[in-house]
Amino acid sequence: MRHRITTTSLAQSFDRRTFVVGAAQGGLGLLLAARMGYIAVAENEKYEMEAESNRVNLTLVPPRRGWILDRNGQPIASNRADFRIDIIPKRLADPDGTIRELSAVLKFSSDQTQDLHDRLKAAAGFQPVPVADGLDYETFAAVSVRLPDLPGVIPQRGFSRFYPTGPSVGHLIGYVGAATAKEYENEKIPLLVTPGFKLGKDGLEKQFEQELRGEPGARRVEVTASGRIVRDLDTREDVQGHSVKLTIDAQLQDFAARRIGLESAAVVVMDCQTGGILALVSMPCFDPNSFADGIGRIEWKMLNEDDHIPLLNKALRGLYPPGSTMKPMASLALQIHGVSPDEHVFCPGGYQLGRRFFRCDARHGSVDMRGAIEHSCNTYFWSMAHRVGYDAIAPVAKQLGLGQEFDLPGAAQRYGTIPDAAWKMRRYHQEWTASDSLNASIGQGYVSVSPLQLAVMTSRIASGRNLLPSLIFGHPKPLGPALAFTPEQLAVAHDGMFRVVNGSGTAAGSKLQIGDIQMAGKTGTAQVRRLTSRGSVGEWKARDHSLFVCYAPTDEPRYAMSVVVEHGTFGARAAAPIARDIMTCLFDPTKAWADLLMMEKTWGGTPTERMQAKYDAFAARYGSSAPKVGSDAAVEAAKTRADADHAAAETNGSNTDAERGEANLSSPTPAQTTAPPVPTPAEAGTLAEPGN
Amino acid sequence: MARGLIPDPIARLPWRVLLPLTILVGFGATVLYSAAGGSFRTYSLSHLIRFGVFVVMALVMSRFPRNWVQIAAYPIYGAILLLLVGVEAIGAIGGGAQRWLDLGIIRLQPSELMKPGIVLVLAAFYQGLPAGQIGNWRALLPAAVLLGLPAGLVLLQPDLGTAMAIVFGGLVTMFLAGIPAKWFGGGALAAAIAAPIAFFFGLRDYQRNRVYTFLDPESDPLGTGYHITQSKIAIGSGGIFGKGFGQGSQSHLDYLPEPHTDFVFATMAEEWGLFGGLLVLLVFGIVLRWGLMVSRQAPDRFSQLLAGGMTVTIFFYVAINLSMVMGLAPVVGIPLPFMSHGGTSMMTNMICIGTLMMIERWSQREAPRRFG
Repeated sequence: MRHRITTTSLAQSFDRRTFVVGAAQGGLGLLLAARMGYIAVAENEKYEMEAESNRVNLTLVPPRRGWILDRNGQPIASNRADFRIDIIPKRLADPDGTIRELSAVLKFSSDQTQDLHDRLKAAAGFQPVPVADGLDYETFAAVSVRLPDLPGVIPQRGFSRFYPTGPSVGHLIGYVGAATAKEYENEKIPLLVTPGFKLGKDGLEKQFEQELRGEPGARRVEVTASGRIVRDLDTREDVQGHSVKLTIDAQLQDFAARRIGLESAAVVVMDCQTGGILALVSMPCFDPNSFADGIGRIEWKMLNEDDHIPLLNKALRGLYPPGSTMKPMASLALQIHGVSPDEHVFCPGGYQLGRRFFRCDARHGSVDMRGAIEHSCNTYFWSMAHRVGYDAIAPVAKQLGLGQEFDLPGAAQRYGTIPDAAWKMRRYHQEWTASDSLNASIGQGYVSVSPLQLAVMTSRIASGRNLLPSLIFGHPKPLGPALAFTPEQLAVAHDGMFRVVNGSGTAAGSKLQIGDIQMAGKTGTAQVRRLTSRGSVGEWKARDHSLFVCYAPTDEPRYAMSVVVEHGTFGARAAAPIARDIMTCLFDPTKAWADLLMMEKTWGGTPTERMQAKYDAFAARYGSSAPKVGSDAAVEAAKTRADADHAAAETNGSNTDAERGEANLSSPTPAQTTAPPVPTPAEAGTLAEPGN
Repeated sequence: MARGLIPDPIARLPWRVLLPLTILVGFGATVLYSAAGGSFRTYSLSHLIRFGVFVVMALVMSRFPRNWVQIAAYPIYGAILLLLVGVEAIGAIGGGAQRWLDLGIIRLQPSELMKPGIVLVLAAFYQGLPAGQIGNWRALLPAAVLLGLPAGLVLLQPDLGTAMAIVFGGLVTMFLAGIPAKWFGGGALAAAIAAPIAFFFGLRDYQRNRVYTFLDPESDPLGTGYHITQSKIAIGSGGIFGKGFGQGSQSHLDYLPEPHTDFVFATMAEEWGLFGGLLVLLVFGIVLRWGLMVSRQAPDRFSQLLAGGMTVTIFFYVAINLSMVMGLAPVVGIPLPFMSHGGTSMMTNMICIGTLMMIERWSQREAPRRFG
């Protein structure tokens, strides 16, 4: 130091420096005051808003879904108030602990707990995961009081979808479920990730999603940082979705589904005046009520292992050789090509084509057109088809709806095949042969149709009008171009069908037992695959399909119906009695239901009861070891697989040179076995292309 | 002793500081009452009781004669240093970092005691240093050791906030002692160079993250930035006159973290607004101005430095805490004196206040002309 430092100069320096320190303190004080003023005054509005958005939580209240009603206004899908519990995965503090505690309170079985684990694992962030619904108040309250220890768990009062007739409407209506990440991706609105909100996943629920959805309500609540609700501020009521009224008769739909019993079958009932579909049934079916909260692993295993393919809507997507149910149609085709209905053909028990003998199921002797329908004489149709050529028949089949797709909401239809020469060349690069014509003329060979098409065909034959099927009540489809048949020609087909049931025909055992109302119909038995043994015995999967088409009353047709019982053997044995009872239900429900309840006793109860019993058996056997359910995509894949398996089976069947008509088993002579190549499964999947 | 204008012992109490402090603590108790959701017993009661106990302690301290204090300076410092080492040792043996010693009756944090302790020992050191040596290395090196040892030990705990408070108190004391200004310039330069190195190699991850978050709170709104964001929301939404007593949604609905300790100012500001904030600032201004006045009027170098150091120790608490809650400083766990709930900070600050009252007494005795 250049100048001497003294006590005095130190004291001066202290004074200076305390002043500096004091000034610094004062300066900082002013800075803080200014800063606070800036935050509290200049930015007040912004922070007030943020405080408000902290404090107030706007929760959407899922709207009540619109009802799906039947033609009489009876609900097919409604809502019921319930207590439910969801989890927001992202808010979980201790997922395993939370699941443990919830499982204990809700008394979950091990497989249910495992299902919950799976759903949580598959969930993304703020997407709510359903834990349980349909809870009683005690259980709901028990969970609610534990909420402080269970962050992320949301108990709610809400509405859940309810299908009064459960499995009866599963395929028709579809089901609802929480939105997946992908669905949210497509439609980015907060409602989709609101706990308790469900959207349509399949069938009409999916098709009419926007109509059924409604407007969400809103609830403003004051919440703490941890999400606990302190108090309600205000609420806005939700607006229920629009209801959709169907042409379906709920009672008939349920009856038909239950009448199918233990069989694997499809039933379609149409109104012959409007074309409205009264019943569209495919059984067995899943229970849409239990699908709404995610599919449990036991249920999943059950559905996947069932050889009756409950995931396939057989009424729209099942394809079957129509067999002899084609004959009334064929009789119309023959008539417009100049065949007189009174001309007789002698049936010696078969038909000789070149070196090959096609066997009929009996020696029918001399039959005319009506008799040929009544007794399902193949020889008659073979010889006539051979005369006019198959190309005369295919257009009529299409005109009557076979191989056609109809404009209906819901699941996509498969339209099958009405083969002809051009189709075969395109498909297999082979010439159409005379034996193809014979097979096709009796609904075998390459021909495959859906139960819906059979019902449309029957309604058109019965009414003589070009009816188009419809599902929405009050919106019947306008008629198609007039059919090319005269009333006289139609009368021949009607007479034949009348005699099938009321004469000495193949379905004489299925005559209606209700006063003077009479039913006309036609049986069909379709070969599943080339068999060396009889198609009515042996392994279930190898048995013939049983078909029946009918309408009633005969004098003024009101209802037309098709019934297809998979592997049900003869048409008269499985399909016709079901059709008779369903028809009875239309005219005399009391009697029909009384009979059905008797039958159900021997089957082990209603479909719902049977499913429950089966579920319990599965649960006892597999517990949580059953494989877990995948995402919606996996469910979709399983359905596609069911579809593809079915298609492959059909193709195998239709590719045999099935020269049989009704319940006939004839082995072709070896030299003439020129079956078309069996398509690979890959081809089988694409076989369902338009008939032409 | 009997030289007061009014012979009443009550009137002779140092009301110039006791009155503002009582107002501040009372206001603090009111805010704590609200922060506890309208419960007096949760925080407010113990807050007031502690203040009462520590006021008595401070008044007792104010009676200490100057000689004792100067003689005891080094032993007190040494004892606190030993306690710090003890904490380290127990932590090492026990297999976990800890900051306190369990003395059975209270949990003592030696690092807290070191805040006034470092000021005391440095004041004693510069008192003993001949005036001519102040520009010399002899003025710097021993002081650096006296300061470095406790700061290092506290950093090891690790407790960055307290270490900074100790260093700050020590440095300002050295500054007031007359250490050449250019050394501070050099020190600042060295710190500017060392800071990035220390930041990347010396700090723990959580400390580094706090700095990052301070620089950009919105980058992590649900993590460490949450504190700052919510605090600013609380202060900002309070506006000029606040939302009203007991109406603060940020604190009552748990959005504000630590509403009764580190963020008590935000809790207050939400309900009392800018008006309440300025009141708090004003009271702190009065108290700190009084502290500096005491320092300037102190009879000798030791008491001058001691009073100045004590004042800036309180100031450091206030400045860092308020900067933090207003988003001007990173989140460091430093409470607001006299308002935050917590015994340790109340004790440290009341030791500072007691020391200042003591020095005020000394100056009154030795310079009776000055107005008390």
